[in-house]
Amino acid sequence: MTLRIEPRMSVPRWLSPAATILALVVALAISGGVIAFVGGDPIRSYLHIVGAAFGSVGVISDTLVKATPLLLTGLACTLAFRMRLWNIGAEGQLLLGAWGASAVVLFPLLPAGTPGFILIPAMMLAGALAGAVWGLIPGALRALLGVNEIIVTLMLNYVALLWIQFWVFGAWSEGGFQQSEQFPPEAFLPRLTDFASAVPALGGLTVHLGFLFGVGAAILVWLVLERSRWGYEIRLVGDSPEAARYAGVDIKRLIIVVFAASGALAGLAGMSEVSGVVHRLQDRFSPGYGYTAIIIAYLARYDPLKVIIASILFGALILAGREIQPSGVPAMIQGVILFCLIVADVFVRYRVRLVRTGAAAGAGAPGGSATSEA
Amino acid sequence: MTAAPPSPPGPGLGPPGPDPAAPERPPALEAIGIVKRFPGVLANDGVDFDVRPGEVHALLGENGAGKSTLMNILAGLYRPDEGEIRVDGAPVSFGSPRDAIDAGLGMVHQHFTLVPSQTVTENILLGLRRPRFYLDAGRSEGEVARLATEFGLRVHPKAKIWQLSVGEQQRVEILKLLYRGAQILILDEPTAVLAPQEAEELFRTLRAMTDAGRSVVFISHKLTEVMAIADRVTVMRRGRVTAAGQPAAGVTKRDLAQLMVGRDIVGLYDKAPFQPGDVLLSASDVEADNDRALPALRGVSLEVRSGEIVGIAAVAGNGQAELAEVITGLRPCRGVIRIGGDVVSNRPPKHAIKAGVAHVPEDRTGVGSAPNLSVADNLIMKRFREPPVSRGWLIDDGRTRTLAEELKDEYAIAAPSVDTRARLLSGGNLQRLILGREIETRPAMMVAVQPTRGLDVGAIETVHRLLLERRDGGAGILLISEDLDEILALADRVDVMYEGRIVGSFDAQTADIQQIGLLMTGAGGDEPGDEGVAGAGDLGPAAGPDVAETEAST
Repeated sequence: MTLRIEPRMSVPRWLSPAATILALVVALAISGGVIAFVGGDPIRSYLHIVGAAFGSVGVISDTLVKATPLLLTGLACTLAFRMRLWNIGAEGQLLLGAWGASAVVLFPLLPAGTPGFILIPAMMLAGALAGAVWGLIPGALRALLGVNEIIVTLMLNYVALLWIQFWVFGAWSEGGFQQSEQFPPEAFLPRLTDFASAVPALGGLTVHLGFLFGVGAAILVWLVLERSRWGYEIRLVGDSPEAARYAGVDIKRLIIVVFAASGALAGLAGMSEVSGVVHRLQDRFSPGYGYTAIIIAYLARYDPLKVIIASILFGALILAGREIQPSGVPAMIQGVILFCLIVADVFVRYRVRLVRTGAAAGAGAPGGSATSEA
Repeated sequence: MTAAPPSPPGPGLGPPGPDPAAPERPPALEAIGIVKRFPGVLANDGVDFDVRPGEVHALLGENGAGKSTLMNILAGLYRPDEGEIRVDGAPVSFGSPRDAIDAGLGMVHQHFTLVPSQTVTENILLGLRRPRFYLDAGRSEGEVARLATEFGLRVHPKAKIWQLSVGEQQRVEILKLLYRGAQILILDEPTAVLAPQEAEELFRTLRAMTDAGRSVVFISHKLTEVMAIADRVTVMRRGRVTAAGQPAAGVTKRDLAQLMVGRDIVGLYDKAPFQPGDVLLSASDVEADNDRALPALRGVSLEVRSGEIVGIAAVAGNGQAELAEVITGLRPCRGVIRIGGDVVSNRPPKHAIKAGVAHVPEDRTGVGSAPNLSVADNLIMKRFREPPVSRGWLIDDGRTRTLAEELKDEYAIAAPSVDTRARLLSGGNLQRLILGREIETRPAMMVAVQPTRGLDVGAIETVHRLLLERRDGGAGILLISEDLDEILALADRVDVMYEGRIVGSFDAQTADIQQIGLLMTGAGGDEPGDEGVAGAGDLGPAAGPDVAETEAST
């Protein structure tokens, strides 16, 4: 008996979600094996992770805080990926967004004492704008000169990191530390705990308005992709650029606009982090949200509404990571999940069969069928 | 070990319709009671099919008749739900195309699977296990050259694929199979991509192969070709065989056409009288380059009036594809093209759409439709910017669906629903979708490129009827086709293109087919070839000794 891998002619509707769930289960099993191998108790570890992420209202709130930047950057990736624009620069766009939002307070672009209802929208605008500019660079290069966007976005992530460091070590440094001074309270995104005086039950809940922005953005992105002319053009280009051109779509313009919008979403994530969580600009405030966003968009199958669920799941993993220190277990689980998802994708597109070796003379290694006919 | 054949193996291994002249040897290939179901469709419903050694067996049928399904099963791409396949009398089960080729069965698909940057020989060796590491190019090239001359497949073993014409690439595909020892070759509409001369050359090759004892399954829509090349004919209709292995000598084209569609076909159309209006499209001195930056149009001037069909007759690659693209704004050009006074050349494609130019592109799956989007999404490709489909920046989902349902019914697009992905439609249905979409915009001007290529007789008739209706409705139509019969049946005027120039213009009523044929092939080139009568004779002196050699060696 040998294994044969052959392309599927048609994919049943249930297969893709089933494969996604199965991939998650397998990923947890593999990770559990590793935990057991190093002497841990996988069941207890997982229970601990679940407890640490969802065990009480407090930690659920913390999970949502972690999910917020993932949600916004995940949407940024989803929007671009739907058009097969591989924007893997959400991290850099997030950093620039954080910088733009901080600039409003730290330059300052608006005078000190500006009330929150003006300051916050201004910071959002500045963050989105800065992210959009960072997205425009690879977008314009791709559209006008055909430069590979993967390489440009990846490289710009490092530039963004250095840009942040340039400011937090220099002009905005607080007493030589690699962070700015704290923002004034008007620049904080409201948190649930801020209303504890009125509703005591909300005390200690750190989830902030950014999460609502994220959910709103998810609905908006869904609406744009599925129900708007613009989204129709994006889906058309994503499926067949030739057909899109034939339908009169200005592809170059669309690439630039989508990249800018993608960058703006990621920029908003940066704004929400500095304004809702960190309350200052500092070096390395993002543990790589923009990279995890790629996995999240993939896990959600580029569906903006599923991005909400996926980002909460990954938010939980990041949060639990703090609990089960000092291991790199959550990072490992994330990586294993991505691998399992990619493998699951193969099984969605191909099927594997056991074949009697006698049936075909000289059948050797599997992986034979290189041709995939339409 | 898949499934037991529903019918008992029966006495003897003879084909379902055994005639006394049947050879002693079992059929080279035999399919018994093949059943294949797809969601909502019974693609093959108990199909029997057999191929004898050394014959050309034509398989005829409308799109969606189940021919491709059957052939994909025989080539190992699909697995049958029921039924049995036998090669030389022995049951086989194919899990992949590799199993099929190991059993001596190879298929040349309509879309080639060649690596453009590699040489002919490298492509032929690709995927083989034999030269394990070191590639002795010289030796392999020798083998390829020998095979090529043996079967009259003119192609240089060292040439890179991208340098080859479509006809030559097809020869490489055939060589690939011969090199792997295929005894039975399945050719899926092989002449659809060929110029007439190339088709004749292909027929000589097929003859050389059958003379050497190999068998050929020939899928086609063209009855003339089938009559010219096939020894036997099998006709399929709606998943069933309506005529099994009839000797081609004993049937007429008319019989076959009737078996295919189940009714008589009207050969010519009752066209409304020709009443041309004002000039709609005018092109003057248009020049353009093709994708390889070589001149494709060298000063083309033409006019299309409303209520008129202008046919462009040309052999593939003479600039007619580029002509369609410059008119629809898909390709930059020099010179000026106007639609009713409005300049459309060198403007974005959107401009031509707004000027009322509909376009039925040659490439239906790559350009004319987005394969993974739904039927509904594909139907709004040209009108999603305007009400009622759009409402401000939103697309009205409800109205889109209503519109799509209407078009689906009106143009008889057979799909389970308007949510079905376009790539699951058969060729004819996809073309009805594209035509329906283009015609529904009530275009002033239509550019139709090869609108019926690869379609079955029934679908061709629908397409022709739709085009004539638009003409009578006052649209100007530029019909670009390699099918001269089609052009003569539909067009009011015929322009002949050769090497990027219009080399002749005729009134369709009085056009001389011989004259057009001559101009299409570059006037005074070859004598007007009468279809493949000469057969292998033309190749005689060169091929003769080689054929004899192989026969001696096998």
